[in-house]
Amino acid sequence: MISRLEARHGAADSSGPGLARYGRRHAVQLGTIAVGLLIWVVFIIGAPRTFLSYNIYQAFMSTTPFFALMALPLTMVIIAGEIDLSFPSVMALGTAAFAYTLAYTGDLTLAFFACALAGILAGVTNGGIVAGLGIPSLVATIGTQFFWRGVVLVGTGGNGVSLVPTRGTVFYSMMVGRLEGLIPAQMLWTVFMAIAVAFLLNRHRFGAHVYLIGDNIESARLMGVNVRQRKMLLFVLMGVAAAFAGLVASLEVTYFWPTLGDGYLLTTIASVFLGGTSVFGGTGTIVGTFVACFIIGAINAGIVAIGLTGFWTQLIYGLIIVLSVTLQTALSRKLA
Amino acid sequence: MDTSDLLILSRISKTFGEVTALRDVDFHVGKNEIVGLLGDNGAGKSTLIKIITGYHHPDPGGEILFKGKRIDNLSVAKARDLGIETVYQEKALADKQALWRNIFMGREMTTALGVLEIRRMREVTRRLMVETMGFTSAAVIPDTLVRTLSGGERQGVAIVRALYFQAELIILDEPTMGLSVSETRKALDFVRGIKRAGKSCIFIDHNIFHVYPVVDRLVILDRGHVAGEFVQHAVSLDELTHKLQEVARTGSLEGTPRDAGP
Repeated sequence: MISRLEARHGAADSSGPGLARYGRRHAVQLGTIAVGLLIWVVFIIGAPRTFLSYNIYQAFMSTTPFFALMALPLTMVIIAGEIDLSFPSVMALGTAAFAYTLAYTGDLTLAFFACALAGILAGVTNGGIVAGLGIPSLVATIGTQFFWRGVVLVGTGGNGVSLVPTRGTVFYSMMVGRLEGLIPAQMLWTVFMAIAVAFLLNRHRFGAHVYLIGDNIESARLMGVNVRQRKMLLFVLMGVAAAFAGLVASLEVTYFWPTLGDGYLLTTIASVFLGGTSVFGGTGTIVGTFVACFIIGAINAGIVAIGLTGFWTQLIYGLIIVLSVTLQTALSRKLA
Repeated sequence: MDTSDLLILSRISKTFGEVTALRDVDFHVGKNEIVGLLGDNGAGKSTLIKIITGYHHPDPGGEILFKGKRIDNLSVAKARDLGIETVYQEKALADKQALWRNIFMGREMTTALGVLEIRRMREVTRRLMVETMGFTSAAVIPDTLVRTLSGGERQGVAIVRALYFQAELIILDEPTMGLSVSETRKALDFVRGIKRAGKSCIFIDHNIFHVYPVVDRLVILDRGHVAGEFVQHAVSLDELTHKLQEVARTGSLEGTPRDAGP
């Protein structure tokens, strides 16, 4: 009897119904990938000279990582039912720490650690306010966003710092060099980040807790999940990732602007939601966010290629965020 | 009350700011005893339960003994290590997650580095589903999302989770709420199963018709204190109903001898 039942359960796993279940479960992610392919085809037909040459893809791989590096860990934060809006300022904070440490000590390693430390500090601040004091992350991180931006602006007096001394170093090549002259190093970092975050989320206890916290925080607590510590860690990861992304974006142009990060808020958040992560928490995938980042990157390039002004970008990203969260919610109600 | 009891709470009080949820409560659960906990909304049932499970900390002055040992600073993790397991009505499941993730919630099987052993957890879940939960439908597999299950099935998941982790004391928080008649019968059968398995249980419910047939002893809580205590075979269902009404009216049971020991 038992073996027969097991056989039936086993059969349900692999055959037809399993596939249908997979499709239903990942409908939003499959949708994202389909949208990505569709946009790609449209661009190839619309501007074949641009989109059939390698140059455009190299451009994607060099600029998309600036926000993809943050969208990936932000996906985890949003799955846990929280949000971080402070990352654009943390990009600037981390890179300011890097630029000034480098200017005063000339030590790249030290400067790199200063950058990471600034990211950790920003993360601990957010985590302390949100997880420790129980303040809603939406409000807390709007506050820290302005605060850290203010710190950077006051500290630098609004002046940029040249990062030219980093040019030609091994460190520079590792961060933003071109592998074989073709693949930007930041793309490799993004792939590495995606794999690391996906592993953490799907194959590690930490990720299991992230999903549980976002799905039903009360039950997670009752079942002994250390919610406070998990959230703290999420914000720290986010802070470090933002500082790292800021450093990569600045090294690419070998200049640190104190306004660094402006404009990344929309692209990053749009990538997460377009990737199928639920605005209510509890569901979301790294694959979805990864694909969505490149859709957003392509749209960015596409807007320029088509000849629309930069003013259109905000309108379009805003639309993408609103459409993806509403469609997602409608879709998940239908499929539930 | 004697020292061989599994759990003894004495002089437990709990205040939340200005509100006194529990006042000098003495409560105990014997070995292999099923205790029914009755009381109106706001009587302090959930607060008492959450103290036993380590979720709330009682005010200083009280004492908690488990297996004769004094327990200080009880936490959720500590309570679980001791073998105190709670089955909360629905609340304790994460709806958008797979069945196996719910079974192992907060207690995932991992390697030393924290890497999930997904195949093992799926295997155990599959075995539990067939052998213990009685899920026979091919549509339910370890990867099924919990939100697609019926109320009774969810209850089954929560109950099996407690059993799997070898609880000494299982606390059922309104396990029959929102269940159909046949699902209720299944849940009550499970309470009898706890007794047969030699474990102890605290059974909380509004409905005395559900509680009465399966418990050894009944404790009535009212406005934060113990209003009465009865051994099940010494009181009939009619008398009990009568007494509950009296408690609801007056807040105490004047002239009723408090019958302690099991």
